[in-house]
Amino acid sequence: MKRVSGFLLLVSLFVSGCSIEPWVKPYERDRLADEIMLFDRDPVSSAYIHHVYEAREGARGASGSGGGGCGCN
Amino acid sequence: MTAQHLVAARLSFVLLALLAAPASAGVLPDDRADILYHYYDGGGVTIEGPSYLVRKSIGEQFSFYGNYYVDTVSSASIDVVTTASPYEEERTEQSVGVDFLNGDTIMSLSVTQSEENDYSAQSVNFSIAQEIFGGLTTVTLGYGNGSDEVGRNGDDTFSDTVERQAYRLGLSQILTRNMLMSMNLEVITDEGFLNNPYRSVRYQDGFGFSYQQEVYPRTRTSTAAALRTRYYLPYRASVHLGYRYFTDDWEIEAHTAEVGYAHPFGPLSVDLKYRYYTQTAADFYSDLFPFENAQNFLARDKELSTFQSQTIRLGLTYDFLEGGWSFLERGTVNFFYDHILFTYDDFRDLDIGGPTGAEPLYELEADVIQLFLSFWF
Repeated sequence: MKRVSGFLLLVSLFVSGCSIEPWVKPYERDRLADEIMLFDRDPVSSAYIHHVYEAREGARGASGSGGGGCGCN
Repeated sequence: MTAQHLVAARLSFVLLALLAAPASAGVLPDDRADILYHYYDGGGVTIEGPSYLVRKSIGEQFSFYGNYYVDTVSSASIDVVTTASPYEEERTEQSVGVDFLNGDTIMSLSVTQSEENDYSAQSVNFSIAQEIFGGLTTVTLGYGNGSDEVGRNGDDTFSDTVERQAYRLGLSQILTRNMLMSMNLEVITDEGFLNNPYRSVRYQDGFGFSYQQEVYPRTRTSTAAALRTRYYLPYRASVHLGYRYFTDDWEIEAHTAEVGYAHPFGPLSVDLKYRYYTQTAADFYSDLFPFENAQNFLARDKELSTFQSQTIRLGLTYDFLEGGWSFLERGTVNFFYDHILFTYDDFRDLDIGGPTGAEPLYELEADVIQLFLSFWF
């Protein structure tokens, strides 16, 4: 029974999560849409400079904008 | 092949995932073309060449891109002057990719091929990005697979391979009207010939020191986690902060921190950045081993030593086609200058010389220049 309740709780959280009202409305995202807020404004340049670092440093990965941008549209 | 170049060839598949990364899950990247010239000068190594990137959407759901990149290397680095001869070589890299937009989801696929006279690498990257919570959050999952072939100039009998996989998780989040945040996690595994076939380690031989070939483990697994934020200031400018933690099973642990500022003045934009990086050495690294074959794995690669690097950047972008012209919507000319200082804690400068094991510690200053034109259409 506990398992079922837990499952139902998870499902309800998930379903209600999908209906979360965005606390920053689309029309309030004008500043976030400005290019100075882009994590990766010039992909050709950022790919090059990461290449410079990864060739000379032991660390690698998680350098990208794989998480996407501001979702401003 | 320089150490830098070898690693560069191997990691290109990770970095080219950057080119494919969509700006947002609900919208395709802009149509644009970039023509970039890059120049690196540091530690006796110069590397220069072009990078061309064209991205064009077809219909409302597909965006295609192609990238052609060249490194022309002229090397008399500290590794080379102590154990080998200066040389020149070239590496070329091509990649093509496509992004597919479906509702709030973008799927991206890219393939990359890199060639030089003693190394070739192929890779495939795939990612899926999904916007949720009314566009406040974007979640991205990615996977990359790479296969390399390693050769050794002057030795036709030598041939080996590297197989590589990368797993990526990304999350970007709108926090307030003025603030964005992104988190990235990436796990990379390698299996195969991971050292440089030309490089040696040194050991004490009773009179001074001698050299023997380096030996690395044939596997490596690393994890990196990064957190970045951008904040829009009360006037039109932004600050950004970033931190990345890195660890791997070679016992390298690294921290990267950066802070930057972007400020447009009419058609001119100024970017300033400071970056600090520090790492501990791999557990099989030593500047000077006590005797020959002192342990089963041996490295004297300065990229695996304990060191710090610091970078300052000045970037200038000038919008010279603000109102557009013909089919072009916009054009910019960009100049980015990075000055990097590497200071090594346990890698000694054998070129200067001194008593064995007490030579001065090595330092390296590098100038990195990017000059590029970008057009939107």
